[in-house]
Amino acid sequence: MAARALTITSGKGGVGKTTLTANLGVALAMQGQRVVVIDADVGLRNLDVMLGLENRIVYDLVDVIEGRCRLRQAMVRDKRLSELFLLPAAQTRDKSAVQPGDMVRVSDSLREQFDFILIDSPAGIEQGFRYAVAPADGVLIVTNPEVTAVRDADRVIGLIEAEEKGPARLVINRLKPNLVRQGEMLAISDVVELLSIDLLGVVPEDQAVLGAANRGQPLAFSENSSQAGRAFHNIAQRLQGQDVPFLTFQEPSFLQRIFDFARSGGMGS
Amino acid sequence: MRALERLFGGRGRESASGSVAKERLRLVLAHDRTSISPALLGTLKDELIAVISRHVAIDPDQVQVTVSQSGRESRLVADIPLMDRGKRSKR
Repeated sequence: MAARALTITSGKGGVGKTTLTANLGVALAMQGQRVVVIDADVGLRNLDVMLGLENRIVYDLVDVIEGRCRLRQAMVRDKRLSELFLLPAAQTRDKSAVQPGDMVRVSDSLREQFDFILIDSPAGIEQGFRYAVAPADGVLIVTNPEVTAVRDADRVIGLIEAEEKGPARLVINRLKPNLVRQGEMLAISDVVELLSIDLLGVVPEDQAVLGAANRGQPLAFSENSSQAGRAFHNIAQRLQGQDVPFLTFQEPSFLQRIFDFARSGGMGS
Repeated sequence: MRALERLFGGRGRESASGSVAKERLRLVLAHDRTSISPALLGTLKDELIAVISRHVAIDPDQVQVTVSQSGRESRLVADIPLMDRGKRSKR
């Protein structure tokens, strides 16, 4: 079966595209899928450090496009997971080095050997976004439950629909269940209602994500040691068509409820 | 809970920033999704009133022209109440 190409994009920067791409790559590979992750953020590459593969890069995406190496030579195999590969972005070039047709050609030549091609899109809606979505069979929109991120996500969803790359599916990242309970953060249902697209997954805010990035060891490697790690694995399973229930974020303890109540100004202010 | 909050003079649900964010986004997205500015809506309303008044008696003050959202679809909705016969004959 030929690979499905999925582009991970968001409009706004800093919402967790690269974190999601790295973790989905790891989770899918752990679940037995053959995966290649492509860093499409030419000039600002980061997927390599997120995966801890930065010291193994010899060639990159632009070298492949411009014919300085064969595709296989540019691909870095993850030693921890033999079915996970990275195609890194060029760091010393800019987005004008890549055309939409280039990404389509590169992706097409990977389809036979893989089950999933995950493309980490640059932020924005310009050239980088255009070439990142060009080969996509599906698009994952990452957002945070914040006004700026949701607004940008909506804009991107409109563009995806116009390019007929849809239907896009939504991943809400960095949800803070405590704040939602206090009414101080958009709830999952609010974001889904505003954006009116299918929800693929919800990843809670998790301090362990920073440590994982520090080490170049995505959380998904230990799927049950953190809620975020579990959430990434669930999304990976849903991408394979499995019906996995959404995580319910722990009910607060009695003490936590009192604390939340006091903080929300329920008594006094 | 709400009664308790009222009893103790709490800020209540209305001021929680999550619901403020949702309401603001609802308006921002409705505007972002179409190229129709509030000014253009006003122009459309005035011209609709002018055209329709030429043929049918309507009350210009009751006319509403809005952009409504249903899922990701936007539609232009004009609500134009007809002047009833009784009212018209009194004029």
